[in-house]
Amino acid sequence: MEEVRLMKGNEAIAHAAIRYGVDGYFGYPITPQSEILETLEELMPWETTGMVVLQAESEVAAINMVYGGASTGKAVMTSSSSPGVSLKQEGISYIAAGELPALIINCMRGGPGLGTLQPSQADYFQATKGGGHGDYHLIVLAPATVQEMADFVGLGFDLAYKWRNPVLMLADGVVGQMMEKVVLPEQRPRRTEREIAEQCPWAVTGRPEGRGPNVLTTLELDPLKMEQHNLHLQKKYDAISAEEVRYEEIDTEDAEYLVMAFGSVARICQKAVEEAREQGIKVGLLRPITLWPFPAEAVARLSNKVKGILVVELNAGQMIEDVRLNLDTRVPVHHFGRMGGIVMDPDEVLGALKEKFNIQ
Amino acid sequence: MTPEQIKKPENVVAQRPALLNDNTMHYCPGCSHGVVHKLVAEVIEEMGAEHIAIGVAPVGCAVMAYNYIDVDWIEAAHGRAPAVATAVKRLNPSRLVFTYQGDGDLAAIGTAETIHAANRGENIAIIFINNGIYGMTGGQMAPTTLEGMVTATTPYGRRVDLNGHHLNISPLLAQLEGTCYVTRQSVHTAAAVRKAKKAIRQAFENSMKGLGTSVVEIVSTCSSGWKLTPAKANDWMVEHMFEAYPVGDIKNTTTQKS
Amino acid sequence: MPKITGAVEIDRDRCKGCDLCVVACPCSVLALETHDVNNRGYHYAADVNPEACIGCAACATVCPDGCITVYRVVEK
Repeated sequence: MEEVRLMKGNEAIAHAAIRYGVDGYFGYPITPQSEILETLEELMPWETTGMVVLQAESEVAAINMVYGGASTGKAVMTSSSSPGVSLKQEGISYIAAGELPALIINCMRGGPGLGTLQPSQADYFQATKGGGHGDYHLIVLAPATVQEMADFVGLGFDLAYKWRNPVLMLADGVVGQMMEKVVLPEQRPRRTEREIAEQCPWAVTGRPEGRGPNVLTTLELDPLKMEQHNLHLQKKYDAISAEEVRYEEIDTEDAEYLVMAFGSVARICQKAVEEAREQGIKVGLLRPITLWPFPAEAVARLSNKVKGILVVELNAGQMIEDVRLNLDTRVPVHHFGRMGGIVMDPDEVLGALKEKFNIQ
Repeated sequence: MTPEQIKKPENVVAQRPALLNDNTMHYCPGCSHGVVHKLVAEVIEEMGAEHIAIGVAPVGCAVMAYNYIDVDWIEAAHGRAPAVATAVKRLNPSRLVFTYQGDGDLAAIGTAETIHAANRGENIAIIFINNGIYGMTGGQMAPTTLEGMVTATTPYGRRVDLNGHHLNISPLLAQLEGTCYVTRQSVHTAAAVRKAKKAIRQAFENSMKGLGTSVVEIVSTCSSGWKLTPAKANDWMVEHMFEAYPVGDIKNTTTQKS
Repeated sequence: MPKITGAVEIDRDRCKGCDLCVVACPCSVLALETHDVNNRGYHYAADVNPEACIGCAACATVCPDGCITVYRVVEK
């Protein structure tokens, strides 16, 4: 029988990481995600699975530890919250350029600047458009439940290794801090050195007899070669876009209006959709699970079916730009958001829907 | 005997180590980096560690060190080599992990990473090239630039009131409990090179024995940045750099004395 | 007394003519070419006084580019 546990989203990530067989976690405390590091330190996985857990001196150091660990083919991860993730951008760019698998978690809080400790989704642009310097993409997963916080650790690493690309779990203070039921994955063993050598022939492991040196560098002074590398990356991003789009549709079959939201906000919107339907307004919900690649096709398809789209986010309007870019018709699209760490309730969403689309 | 009679494989007493490959190094003529690369290659070879060595290259002139020494390498972001090496060693404790960093990398942008890796006593060896200048970017002031020294960004000489003092970081690292061996060497004479090689060997051995962090600072020249011939740069180094950065062991808590 | 004889072999195309081996040599064996240049335009080092070589390897030790192979024979 599967074991159902009650825990915070952040704690679920820590447990799931150990059970996935993660080799290393490198973190730095910042609210609202410190429970990930705290839980790992409490669980002492180095005594059981051999997982390395290290509190780094900064987010910059932590992400560069991830860069180093990932270079050796190990499954490594870090987590932080918005201001800390800004600091990590340098390293993330290197990890993307070096095509290294790694998992990065951003448990978003309100910004800009030091901002607030309360939840936010204002790092959507940073997460989905690159974030650091250069042309690159992260695969971005947006968990809406504590269960998804746990599940996306495994999914994140699976995608990261499949595509040799860093994966960002874009969570927020709501899913990080709230407690929910969760079924944790089965304990898996960490990969052996031999498995790493087989699965990651590129890994910097110390050059064994019979192979030349493996060098992990992101420097290329020859412009033609650098362009080739960029073209290679873009081709990979195209393939990821074609294969890895994930989203959830709720009540869209007969919907006249579409609400779009990701992460914890999608759950608030789901309640708003239910309330709307009780009032006879046919509303559906589209929840992108991958923010990059963005569910462009679903947006295009649904835009042909509805009278209007309301994009609900804990920011000033970020995902709405991707929604508008992917419309198939000139259907009206409006944004409803709260900022500063304030989370809207379902009534506010329904009220916004009625007001923006003039629904009586 | 004629030179031709002498030049036989059995009579070789010095040659380029096999790990230092055929690629011509991009360094300027006379650059200390070349000598230190050779020493790193020789030490790895003599330890039989070519199959377990992982080098972490910096940003700076030695950014492409991986093109010359045939072991596995990771090229780190500027200053982050000790953080990168920390994870590499912790996740692969059986490997010989070393960083190779310049003064800008180690003592300016990477000060935090350097100090904290050393303070944690990471079992890594840090090779630190201190030539008092940013070579790669064209001779700008480094944290280690001496007072009065002319650089591209201190065209009238480094002024303490404007630019602060030169940063003597090795003694600072020696104060940390995590370091087991901190030494300062140079490579301007054959005798100095031999001593520097011993120091690198000890640093590498320390890391494999798990004794903590070892730091080998090599006071070096940058003839292009200093605008001197290589030979004159050596003289200038002896006259000026050694006063601020005297060579010798700064700390050695291991039983092995050099 | 045993007689020590040495010889050097210089990889001239690898040499950058930095002159450090010339300075390091205690027996004035080496000098930079004054006219000839190598494939990259450097006045490379050459053993202009080979019979003076004692095979001490100072030149190879200080050479930043690993251009020099040193041989030594001790004749009893």
